[in-house]
Formats: sequence, C-alpha cells, structure tokens
Amino acid sequence: MEILATAADVLTGGVLGLAAEPGRIVMILVGILLMYLGIKKEYEPTLLVPMGLGTILVNIPDSGVLMTGGEPGPFQILFDMGIDTELFPLLLFIGIGAMIDFGPLLASPFLLLFGAAAQFGIFFVIIVAGLLGFNLADSASAGIIAAADGPTSIFVANSLQSQYLGAIMVAAYSYMALVPIIQPFAIKLVTTKKERQIRMNYKPGSVSQTAKIIFPVVICVVAGLIAPASLPLVGFLMFGNLLRECGVLDNLSMSAQNELVNLISILLGLCVSVRMQAGEFLQLDTLIIMGLGLVGFVMDTIGGIMFAKVLNIFRKEKINPMIGASGISAFPMSSRVIQRIATEEDPGNFILMQAAGSNVAGQIASVVAGGLILGIVPGLM
Amino acid sequence: MNTAILSDSLLILVLGWGGIFVVMIIIYLVSMALMKLFPADKDN
Repeated sequence: MEILATAADVLTGGVLGLAAEPGRIVMILVGILLMYLGIKKEYEPTLLVPMGLGTILVNIPDSGVLMTGGEPGPFQILFDMGIDTELFPLLLFIGIGAMIDFGPLLASPFLLLFGAAAQFGIFFVIIVAGLLGFNLADSASAGIIAAADGPTSIFVANSLQSQYLGAIMVAAYSYMALVPIIQPFAIKLVTTKKERQIRMNYKPGSVSQTAKIIFPVVICVVAGLIAPASLPLVGFLMFGNLLRECGVLDNLSMSAQNELVNLISILLGLCVSVRMQAGEFLQLDTLIIMGLGLVGFVMDTIGGIMFAKVLNIFRKEKINPMIGASGISAFPMSSRVIQRIATEEDPGNFILMQAAGSNVAGQIASVVAGGLILGIVPGLM
Repeated sequence: MNTAILSDSLLILVLGWGGIFVVMIIIYLVSMALMKLFPADKDN
C-alpha cells in the first residue's frame, strides 16, 4: 500500500508542482510561442527552436536538465561551460566573420560612419534604463540589446553579470528576427517619401585580395589599442574573416561558416534556456528590459537616419537616409529591408550595395560598442 | 531622479558613442590607405 502511495506521489509530483507554480505553465507557453515563431514564421529558427524546447524543459518541476541527483544537469553544464566562460558567443563569431565580405565596405569606406551612427540606440537605452532605476550594469546590458547582435549582447550582459541575461538574449534574437517589422515603422516615422526615393550612384571599386587580408588584422590592432576589452569579440570575428580571405584555408572557412555555426547555435539555444526559468523570468523588470531593447532598435534606426540627414546638409550628392538605418548589425536582413522599402517607393531605385556596406559596418561597430561598454562601465560601478 | 546615474549614463554616451566614431574614422582612414597601397590591378 505504501509503495502505491509513493508511486502515486512520484507520478503526480510534476503535475502538482506545475499547479503550485502557474508561472511555469506561462513559461511553457512562452516556449511553445518561441518554437511557433521559429518553425511557422521562420524567425531565427536555429535559435528560437532549441530555445523554445529548452524553455519547456527547464520549467518542468525538478527538471533533470538542470540538476540530476544533486549534481548539475546537462543544460547547467552547457551553460557553465559555454555562457559563463563566454566561449559560445565568441566561437559563433568565428563563423560570422567567415561569412562577411568586407569588399563593398572597402570599396566605399565612408559607409563605416553609418555603422557608428546607428549604435545610438544602445546609449539612449542606457540613459532611459538608468532613469527608470536600473543599476549601471543592467542598464548597459539592456542597452547592448540595441547592438542588434546576439553574441555581443550575451558576451556583454554576462561579463557585467546582469541578472537579466535570459531576457536580454531572447530580446536580442527575437528583435533581430523582427527587423522587417521594426525598421520600416521607424524609417517611416522620420523620413519623407521624397527622401526614401533618393537614388544613389554605386561606383564599385575593385578591391585587391591583399587589402582584404590586411583589413581584418588592422581592425584587430586599431580596436585593440583603443578598446582592448573589445578584442575577444573583434579578434574572433576577424579571425573568421581571415580564414575566409587568406585563400589557403577554404576548408576551415567553410567549416566555420557551416558546421561550427550550426553546432554552437544548437548548444547556445539550449543552454540559454537555463535563464528562462519562471521564477527568474516572469518579473516586471524583465518585461521592462525587453521593452527597452525594442526602443533601442527603433532609436538605432533613427540615429542612423538622422546622421545621414545631417551629412546631406553638406553634400551635393545626396545620400538616401535609409542607408543610415542599415548601419545596425542585423546582417543581411537590414540591408534587404532597406532595399525592399526603396523599391516600394521607387521601383527603379537600387541601393542594396550601399545598404549592405553600411550593414557590414554595423557589424564592426556593434562589437566595438560592446568592447567600449565593457571598458567604461566597470570603472563607473 | 538619480543624478549620479544620469551623469554616468551621459558619460557613457559621450565616451562610448564618441569612441565608436573614433574607431570607425581610424578604420576609414586605414581602408583608404589600403585601397591606395594595394590597388586591385597591382594584385593581378
């Protein structure tokens, strides 16, 4: 009889545990939503699908993925190994670097400035979060969501030991997936139809392979001398790019772009969900942080556009201000969105190459921003 | 309003955003130099 009672306790323990903490049910629904967005809407599926299932797994009471027999479970081990050490986001950067072609940027280097301008949202959010009462580490971590760069967001939030790491990761990746919705809204808010119709001449200058090989090395040195804290981010990104451009490591470059990125994405998505437990995630503060991230994305776009408008005051040959909007790190999505809007306004307007250059500049600028924040914020805490 | 946090945030804005512009301007100048020193035709 006693055995039957024990068996009944064991079998009903999970259900009773769920009923006792309805927040877990909410998080399981969040997990299902993430998987729906990944599978049905194809929003960043490589991350949202594992993150969605992971969210379900960690919110089941006494989940063995977190603790097994008093020892850390597999998700916790992955989290300690990959996120706490910051290794996963950095390894991901090797693959991202191997995917980037800096050619269009080298051909029109003035586009680099748009990458800098479109980081404005980061600093806007830091100010607003501070005014809302968040401490400096959490404000800076919320701000870095606006870098539109998942690995950088994880790296910075984890380095600053933000308690909102889970929300920041979810916000960073889901907003990146929502760029086609967020950016057109922000662009139409601050530009006229006439401005969006501005045509730009593209003069493709051919770039030598030597320049492409030296470029990532130079970026490492420049970024390292000015913002040494950015070197892990910049160094891994540029190492990936060097694999691509050096011409003698094509196999490694292809592995970095495919196998490495795929493997890390699987593990990253799963272990990120360790921070998606109901008790930690379902807080008003967490929702505010996610809201601030969204504001940051909008302000990035507006910052880039306003910078282009200011430049236009002094330029004879006008820049389509939407080029400024593509200075965020979400590559290549942002440049495609910009081209789509340009075509909607004027079917013959082709600004994809300039937008892509600005978008690549955003990738460099976002890692530099992350490094500068890591260099500045700890000194003020 | 916590003025200390506000002043820290403004300092981060100036040093951070300004710093990004400084880095990007240097990379811009280096890119120009690379394109001059290593033109595509020289490579061929």
